[in-house]
Amino acid sequence: MLSQIKTLWTVFVHLFKRNETVQYPEEMPYQAPRYRGRIILTRDPDGEERCVACNLCAVACPVDCIALQKTEKEEDGRWYPEFFRINFSRCIMCGLCEEACPTYAIQLTPDFELCEFDRNNMVYEKEHLLIEGTGKYPDYSFWQVAGKTIAGKDKGEAQKENSPEDVRSLLP
Amino acid sequence: MFFENINWSYVLILPVIGGTMGGALVLVWWERRLLGFLQDRLGPNRVGWFGILQSLADAIKLVTKDDWVPPFGDRILFILAPIIVAGAMLMAYAVLPLGPGLIIADSNIAILWILAMSSLAVYGVLLAGLASNNKYSLLGGLRSAAQMVTYEVFMGLSLLGVVMLTGSFSLKDVVHAQEDMWFCIPQCVGLVIFLIAGLAESHRLPFDLPEAEHELTAGFHTEYSGMKFALIMAAEYLSLILISALIVVLFFGGWLGPQFLPSALLSGVLWYGFKVLIVINFFILLRAAIPRPRYDQLMSLGWKILLPLSLINVLITGAILLGT
Repeated sequence: MLSQIKTLWTVFVHLFKRNETVQYPEEMPYQAPRYRGRIILTRDPDGEERCVACNLCAVACPVDCIALQKTEKEEDGRWYPEFFRINFSRCIMCGLCEEACPTYAIQLTPDFELCEFDRNNMVYEKEHLLIEGTGKYPDYSFWQVAGKTIAGKDKGEAQKENSPEDVRSLLP
Repeated sequence: MFFENINWSYVLILPVIGGTMGGALVLVWWERRLLGFLQDRLGPNRVGWFGILQSLADAIKLVTKDDWVPPFGDRILFILAPIIVAGAMLMAYAVLPLGPGLIIADSNIAILWILAMSSLAVYGVLLAGLASNNKYSLLGGLRSAAQMVTYEVFMGLSLLGVVMLTGSFSLKDVVHAQEDMWFCIPQCVGLVIFLIAGLAESHRLPFDLPEAEHELTAGFHTEYSGMKFALIMAAEYLSLILISALIVVLFFGGWLGPQFLPSALLSGVLWYGFKVLIVINFFILLRAAIPRPRYDQLMSLGWKILLPLSLINVLITGAILLGT
């Protein structure tokens, strides 16, 4: 009996507490920076695409919503995707592609407002996915730390990379 | 002349029906809103100012819905049940005073009439559960019957103290007898018992066992839709208003209160409405706070505690009346 009255009082006091409701379309709830929403493709600090078309994201994707095709740039030897397609009507925003990506190219953003009247509009092509900036890792530049030769960066010229050993000089 | 014979209090019939039905409609919104605030939510606030037109939108939706009668049930009883519920509830308002002199029929058996009508409304619930031919509805009707045989007994007995102090069954006399002291003080036990019985009578949480949407989907009105469902819902809110008004009339002095307006009638009606609103809000607070018991728990509470308590209350009231 006493506990019932205590319950009544507790509930009554809640009449004067601030309510928790966020009136969504008018006020946005706080979005954590690492919230897993719409997927983007980012660029290196020098403005080139980060994606090297390694296909790891497409392999990691549990719902197979990523499709891409590798190609190479004739002038500097960089790898890049010829097309890169994410079907957001399949995507479950699990973030496994972001974890799999070796170049920090594919990243998830806090934007969750993916609404289209036509289902086909949920399929995003590379021009929709690619952004101008570097996303979450502003200083990382894959081609400057990778061992692969591209135009303007020969073997041994990458950051934290030693010059190639002349194997013949090691002879006794 | 026709106009000389007419009883002018009959003019009140239409305003009472319209007012209580409209009040029930507003109450649906108010309850959802207040429940929201009590649970740190907002409640419906989209339709109209602060969402006040929400129940109007709901009403339009209910009226335009398909009025479906289950082919596996008892068609006549199924249609009759909501009419009985709502009709009996509206009939009870005939003897309820609404202010000083504002009463449709000042009956000298008003309390008995209201008890009888609210008991008749339970038949509607029983028939609805039976006619739906659905296990959840039947369970709801069954619980309603079990609940009725429990609370009807001590509901009547709890009011006996008030009747003894007044010496009359007329609600007008009951209010006038409270001019010195409201009956909530000498009859506090009766008030608590009647409050619990009223909760059970109007199927309000925590005693909404016949509906119990978490266990029986919607209990006795699982199969109802459209206007029939609206009628049942309206009857529940009518009974909530009725029980609140009855508590105010019987225990909190009805329209009595300091006269703050030049017109005694208007002041009385405002006091009355204010008190009824407070009691209704208390019922809503109960809904937000108290969990629902099992129906055997309700029955054991009723038969083992509240019935002896109300009998003792009658005994002591009688002894004091005889002694003075």
